[in-house]
Amino acid sequence: MDITEVPVSEDSEGKKKKNKKPKMKSKAGNGEAEKKKKQQQEVVVVENMEKSEPAFPPSFSVSEIKNKQRRHFMFMKLKQEKRKQKMQLKKKKKKEREALGDKAPPKEVPKTIENQRVYDETVVDPEDEEVAFDEGTDEFSAYFNGLTNPKVLITTSDRPRGRTVRFCEQLATVIPNAHVYYRRGLALKRVIPQCIARDFTYLIVINEDRKVPNGMVLCHLPDGPTAHFKRRGKDPTEHSPEVILNNFTTRLGHSIGRLFAALFPQDPQFVGRQVATFHNQRDFIFFRFHRYIFKNEKRVGIQELGPRFTLKLRSLQKGTFDSKFGEYEWVLKRHEMDACRRKFQL
Amino acid sequence: MMADSSRLCSVWLGSETGILKGVSLGRKQAFNFCNTRQLSRDQEVRALCWADPAQSELLLGSVDGTVRTFSTEKGAFTEARRCGEPAEGCFTGLAALSGSATVTCVECGTLRVWREDSSEPATELHAGQNVCRMRQSPVHRHKVATGGKDNPLKIWDLQRPESPAFTAKNLRDDWLDLRRPHWVRDMAFIPDSDKVVTCTGYHQVHVFDPASPQRRPVLEVEYGEYPLTALSLPPGGQSVVVGNTHGQIAVLDLRKGAVRGCLKGLAGGVRALQCHSREEAGQTAGEAGSQEVKEEDDDEVWDAMERGGGAKEENNNRRRGGGGESEEEEQEKEEEKAFED
Repeated sequence: MDITEVPVSEDSEGKKKKNKKPKMKSKAGNGEAEKKKKQQQEVVVVENMEKSEPAFPPSFSVSEIKNKQRRHFMFMKLKQEKRKQKMQLKKKKKKEREALGDKAPPKEVPKTIENQRVYDETVVDPEDEEVAFDEGTDEFSAYFNGLTNPKVLITTSDRPRGRTVRFCEQLATVIPNAHVYYRRGLALKRVIPQCIARDFTYLIVINEDRKVPNGMVLCHLPDGPTAHFKRRGKDPTEHSPEVILNNFTTRLGHSIGRLFAALFPQDPQFVGRQVATFHNQRDFIFFRFHRYIFKNEKRVGIQELGPRFTLKLRSLQKGTFDSKFGEYEWVLKRHEMDACRRKFQL
Repeated sequence: MMADSSRLCSVWLGSETGILKGVSLGRKQAFNFCNTRQLSRDQEVRALCWADPAQSELLLGSVDGTVRTFSTEKGAFTEARRCGEPAEGCFTGLAALSGSATVTCVECGTLRVWREDSSEPATELHAGQNVCRMRQSPVHRHKVATGGKDNPLKIWDLQRPESPAFTAKNLRDDWLDLRRPHWVRDMAFIPDSDKVVTCTGYHQVHVFDPASPQRRPVLEVEYGEYPLTALSLPPGGQSVVVGNTHGQIAVLDLRKGAVRGCLKGLAGGVRALQCHSREEAGQTAGEAGSQEVKEEDDDEVWDAMERGGGAKEENNNRRRGGGGESEEEEQEKEEEKAFED
C-alpha cells in the first residue's frame, strides 16, 4: 500500500510528515528507500527549476488531505508550530524591550473598530460658535435654560402584554415625574395636542411585537423632534437620578443626547445616589441604571437597579410625531450605511 | 479677504441661523458670511435667488420679512429692505425682474412686485392660501408659477395681474368618487416649451401643459411613499430629479413616466435640489447639513458621489435657503435649497 501520492517537486514540510507517526514506524524500511528516491527527484527538480523561468512550485496545503483524521492531525501540528513561533517572537521582543530599558519604543495599541473610525465631518468641535448658537436656540433651549420641568407620559402600542407593562412601570420609576397611561387604541396625532394642553413635555411610546417591547418613540412635545428607536433588553429587578451621556460626538449625536437629557429634571444638588447612564458605542445606545454607595474615601460600590436595555436610532424627525408627512432629519438606511464598518452616525 | 472667498464659491446656501454659506466645490471648503454680529433665528433664510443673470448678486429672504442683497464680488451684504410682515408667513419664493424689480411671495399667498425706489409694492396679487412655492420661468421673466396645499398650480403673467394665465384643475376623483387631495410642493418650468412640472406632497409628479386645452395634468408619475419636497430639471429636458422627506432622490423620465434611477447618500429630508444647467450633475440640500455632489453619467446607475463642503459646513445642521450655482460645478447640498442661474 503506497503511503503517499506525492508529486515530483514539492518543498513544504507537510509532504514529508504526511503520514502519521505510528504508520511511519511500521513502514520505516520502505519509507527510507522512498525518501531517498524523493530526495533525489527533488534535487533534480530543484535544479530544473533554478534553470527555468521562476515559476510557483505547486504547494501543498493541509486542506487537500482527504482523510479526516490525518487532516485534523496535520492541522493541529501546523497550529502548534505557529503558536510556538509566535511565543518565540514574543519572548524575543520582551527581552529586547527589557534590554533597551528606558529607550524602548512605546507599546503598540491594537486596532479596534472604534480606533479606526473614519473621520466624520459632522463631529462637533466644542468651540464651534454656530453649533453653540444652534443648540442655544433649538427646541430644548427652554429646558436647558431652566424654564420648564420635564413631565413625561409613557404609553404603549395597543393592547400591551405583561413584559411591556412591566417595562413601562420600571421606566416610570427611573424617570421622575412620569405617568403611565393605557393606550386604548387612540391615535397619537390626537393624543399629542391633549398632552400639550396638559403641560407634558415628553411622550414615550413603547411599541410591542409578540409580547416583547421592541421599539420606542420619544417625542418632545411642544413641537420638538421625534426619535424612533429599536429596543432590545431583558427584564431586570424618587429621587431624581443623575444623567450620564457618553460618547455622543457628532451633530446628530448631540441632538439625541439632548433629547435624553431633557427627560430628567435638572438638579445640580444630587440628593439621591442614583445614576442613569446612556452610553453610545458604535451607534448603539446602552441604558443602565445604578445606585452607588461610597464605602470609604477611595472605594465606591454600585448596585444595578432598574431596566437594562439597548436602543438603536431608526429615525429622527423634526416636529411632533407625523410619520407620513413629517420631515425627517435623519433616517436609518441600513444597506447604505452598512457599506463601511468603521463609519458611525451618532 | 471676504471678497476672495466669495468669488470662489459656486454654491450658496442659507441657514436657519441667518448665515449665508458659500461652498467652493473645487476646494471642498465652505465659507460663512454673516450680516449681523449676533445670530438669530429671525434671520432664517427662506428663499434665495440670483438678482441678475450675471450672478453677481444674491437676494435672500428671511423670516422677519426682510430681503437682503449679497454681492458675490464684494463678499458682503449690500442692502436690506423690508418686504412684508412676518405675520403673513415666510417667503416661499423670490425672483428678480429686469429693471431691478423684485418679486416676493409669502405663505399667505400675497405676491408682490417691488421696485427699487419705493417701499410700496408696485403690483400685488393674491394667489390663494397656503402657497408652498413660487418659481419664475427662466425664459419668460414675467411669468411666475405658484402652488401650495390645496392650492392648485397657477401661472401668473405679471403684466396682467388680475387673474392667472393658467389654473390647473384637480385630478379626477378616485374610484370611490372622493375628491383627491393635492399639495403642490415644488415646480419648475421646462425649457423650450410651455410645460410646467410639479411635485406634490402625495408623492406624485405632474406635468401640465398650458398650451393644450386640458387643464388636468398631462402626465402623472408616482414615486415613493413620502412627500416629495424638491424638484429640479437636469439639462436635456427629458427627465426630472425629485427628492422626498426621507432623503431618497430619484431621476424620473418624463417621456414615459418611469423611474430612471435613484441616487444614494442622503440621510435626512431633501430641502432643495438644483441641477446644473450644462453638465450632468445635480445638487441636493438635505436636512443633515452635508453637501453631496453627484456626478451622473448616462447610465442607469449613479455611482459617483462625494461630499463637498468643509468641516465647518458639516457641523451645522438644519440649514435652509437657496444656493446659486455657477457654471462650473454642480453640487448637491443637503438642507439647502439650491437655485439655478
